[in-house]
Amino acid sequence: MARIIVVTSGKGGVGKTTTSASISTGLAKHGHKTVVVDFDVGLRNLDLIMNCERRVVYDFVNVIQGEATLNQALIKDKRVDGLYILPASQTREKEALTKEGVERVINELSETFDYIVCDSPAGIEHGALMALYHADEAIVVTNPEVSSVRDSDRILGIMQSKSRRAEKGEDPVKEHLLLTRYNPERVDKGEMLSVQDVEEILAIPLLGVIPESQVVLNASNQGLPVILEEDSDAGQAYEDAVARLLGEDREHRFLTAQKKGFFSRMFKGG
Amino acid sequence: MSDTATTGVSQSFQLKSASVSLTALELYYFDSQEFENNLREKISQAPGFFKDIPLVISLEKYQGLDSELDFFSMIGTCRRYNIHVIGIRAANDDQRRLARGAELAILPGSSVRESKPEPVKAENDYAAPTLAQPAPVKVITQPVRSGQQISAPEGDLVILAPVQAGAEVLAAGSIHIYGPLRGRALAGIHGCEGARVFCQSLEAELVSIAGHYKISEDLQESGWKSAVHIQLKDDLLVVTPLDKA
Repeated sequence: MARIIVVTSGKGGVGKTTTSASISTGLAKHGHKTVVVDFDVGLRNLDLIMNCERRVVYDFVNVIQGEATLNQALIKDKRVDGLYILPASQTREKEALTKEGVERVINELSETFDYIVCDSPAGIEHGALMALYHADEAIVVTNPEVSSVRDSDRILGIMQSKSRRAEKGEDPVKEHLLLTRYNPERVDKGEMLSVQDVEEILAIPLLGVIPESQVVLNASNQGLPVILEEDSDAGQAYEDAVARLLGEDREHRFLTAQKKGFFSRMFKGG
Repeated sequence: MSDTATTGVSQSFQLKSASVSLTALELYYFDSQEFENNLREKISQAPGFFKDIPLVISLEKYQGLDSELDFFSMIGTCRRYNIHVIGIRAANDDQRRLARGAELAILPGSSVRESKPEPVKAENDYAAPTLAQPAPVKVITQPVRSGQQISAPEGDLVILAPVQAGAEVLAAGSIHIYGPLRGRALAGIHGCEGARVFCQSLEAELVSIAGHYKISEDLQESGWKSAVHIQLKDDLLVVTPLDKA
């Protein structure tokens, strides 16, 4: 049985897809057979970040509607062994994700994969509900600002009542907080919430803190999951998060402002 | 020991004393159109609270003519909004006669005009000595998240976790929060003025007791971000630090 992880946030633009790409790549690098499923029907992005947009033939909705088999739709990643992508449909609407259809696909994936990573769309509507319904674990992606924290809180509440585990009265979904776009200098200036602030408000365990970095944007534009940028702080932070997800105990890094980081960041940025 | 066994007659019921908290509608004057408008407006603020509740019409502050009191019209209007008028209180003799005509129960009021004075009601609603059973207490151990609503429609509500911004907690009695209160807390939703709100850190969007409320802006002056309890004194919400209670 696969472990099903949803990457969600409520708010848009906080880094769900970036996180889905890196976490799934990281899990595969650790030797776990992983599939990352794009639930953002109509606003397909995951294939761009995974650099497989030119290889999409069939998609998630085709599989649900029986127009293609799962094997036809799954795209094998060229860089990392044991990593597959199930792309979303760009031309359909979110309602095409029926509850029964999603369940059937997830069950089928469950038979062959160790991890299923579900990349949720923003919002709290149908698409997001479908993405979180089957989850065993949830990575709640949050930016250190109040509106993002509020939306994360909302999605956590929805997970408590609307997930499969909640409906069936099983153990609750295991929640992880992933703080992205963290800028310690701006925290020091009081322009951003600190890790402690966000942890205290949301009251869920911290999986990782991803520093704000030009590398993330560059990697996305090149179709490279940032975790593969192994020399960058953001890449290492994602690698730490994956290790923690797999039960390893690692200390949190990149939480304080680096004094000598100016030049190195200039070069990486260029 | 003269119970059913000795008399040989089986009892189909037993009368017990009970104390329930009710919502009272304090009527100042009566005009059927205005009455309906005001009622609709009140209900629209919190449709869930008013569904199927019993209501007592309190005439203590009634200033209109007794002849204008059309109980049939009031009952009909309330019924349309799923509210059940069960009786009146603090009525004079004429008003009682009208109420009997409308088959309403007559409840004693806190001060009755033109009639012999009733014993003064206990100040604290909790002090009712005839309580057959304590009101049920609802205990919540999970954080109450933004968008969630937790209600204890009969008794007290105890929350052993934070109440987040955008969340709402409601209780007929008091609300105890062993964590920060960042959302809205409404105690005494059926009008119990003795209800209180307790929290470890007051960061609330709104606190209400028996319909008297204060919003975040008005709560900043005393006890903000500290452990407090909030009670109703002379129709005003009073915030007191817990260590000085």
